[in-house]
Amino acid sequence: MIRVLSPGFYTTIQDMGRYGYADIGVPSSGIMDRYSGQLANQIIGNNVNDSLLEICLGNCILKFEKQTVVCVSGADFSPKINNDSVRLNKAVLVNKNDILSFGKKRYGSRAYLAVKGGFQTSVELGSRSFYEGITSRVLLKKDDILPIRSFIIEKLPLNASVKVDENYFKSKDLLAYPGPEYDLLSFKQKAQLKKVVFTISKDNNRMGYRLEEHLENKLPSILTSSVLPGTVQLTPSGKIIILMRDCQVTGGYPRVLQLSEIAINRLAQKSTGDTIQFIIEDLDW
Amino acid sequence: MSAFELTFKVYGKSAILIEWPSEIDKNILEDVILFKSKILKSYIKGIVDVINSYNSLTIVYNIAINNIYSEILNLKSLYSLNISQESVENFRWEIPVCYDKKFGIDLHEFQVKNNLNFEEVVRIHSSSIYTVYFIGFLPGFMYLGGLDKRLHIARKSNPRLRVEKGSVAIGGNQTGVYPSINAGGWHIIGNSPITFFDSKLAKPCFAKSGDEIKFIPVDVVEYNQIESEVEKGVYKLKKSKL
Repeated sequence: MIRVLSPGFYTTIQDMGRYGYADIGVPSSGIMDRYSGQLANQIIGNNVNDSLLEICLGNCILKFEKQTVVCVSGADFSPKINNDSVRLNKAVLVNKNDILSFGKKRYGSRAYLAVKGGFQTSVELGSRSFYEGITSRVLLKKDDILPIRSFIIEKLPLNASVKVDENYFKSKDLLAYPGPEYDLLSFKQKAQLKKVVFTISKDNNRMGYRLEEHLENKLPSILTSSVLPGTVQLTPSGKIIILMRDCQVTGGYPRVLQLSEIAINRLAQKSTGDTIQFIIEDLDW
Repeated sequence: MSAFELTFKVYGKSAILIEWPSEIDKNILEDVILFKSKILKSYIKGIVDVINSYNSLTIVYNIAINNIYSEILNLKSLYSLNISQESVENFRWEIPVCYDKKFGIDLHEFQVKNNLNFEEVVRIHSSSIYTVYFIGFLPGFMYLGGLDKRLHIARKSNPRLRVEKGSVAIGGNQTGVYPSINAGGWHIIGNSPITFFDSKLAKPCFAKSGDEIKFIPVDVVEYNQIESEVEKGVYKLKKSKL
């Protein structure tokens, strides 16, 4: 078991997401930055779909009530076990009564905590990912108990630690492909989409990121149609919304770009005030 | 029967968007549903979701599509394939709604803006038969077609931060039911005591694209009776086969 001493700003259980229910309005959800999440799972020998803790912007304190192996990946919130710093992207042994804390942000927005075997919270519609109305919990709360598996740990996995390129967190470049309504844009709008360095507004969360800058826009709304995580929408007022993992399944704004999977992951590590630039490439097979 | 000229678009590396003419039309919906059912029945490798709207299907794959051109060709030939299959089974659902002023907190606005009194709003809203075009926005939220023109009303300029579960509402030329508590800018005219989405059920949402909805007015006493039956899990929703 793991006891939550302090839940932090926005801490949730996530896995690879919920599929097969989009046509009854259920979002796919799941790990925002799949690259970092999968890395954490791989380093301790978990399955790809084992659930982990997504810790947004730190301030989370957990007490382990049994021994296990963990790995922290993604954002660096200066994690510590008791008083010792924890190296990221490395398998770490945690003993009974150890306290793992996430504090000051060094870089990134979302840290991932994988525990051996994954968190054993309930599976709803094929996934453990928290979502309002689907799972009984939406956010971790103080004193929550998170069930984990018991293992007899003889030795840690040998692969010591993995070095992640810092550029992954720093680069403002987001690879995107033309979306279904890209061709409705004017020449000028297409050029602006490429050229403008956009700023992430304070309105950014698991559902989507709104950007500060305006594009001149005369495109009307479209007949409501499907949207996906990574869909870049252009609102009638000229504001841009990038949809993320918890987005609704349908929307009525023109879908001008579709982020690549790697760009969704990178964007998930950005927050208010960070800048981004779209690198638009034609889909080429 | 391939009756429409379809457009196939790549939608990122792991999805394909198929579009019909941009209209809200029952014939288009029927064709969309038929193609969706063909795709689901053909168990194409890697497909994790097939999502329909008024005039589109989005096919989501679990990984990047290997050869998009051959995938689209396969889908095109599947569309034109005239396989004799059972048509999709659809139902008309009878949804109890209490239009009492206790629930219908925006009914008075129809008096002011549409010059309709309370009884007229209820009579018109509950006499139409609505088509479920698709489900989106929230888990279990049905996009319904068929709202009488007399009930069209602009959305509220200030959305409510909290709309109760089961609220029956009108916004613009659409009507619908909020399956869960949410913020919302539609005018609330009543409330239904039934459950529109329950993730614990094998079928979390009873309705699907192509079904029909008929709202049945009930008074507060009947509402309370149905609500307690729903809570006990004994309420049986009335349906008839289309």
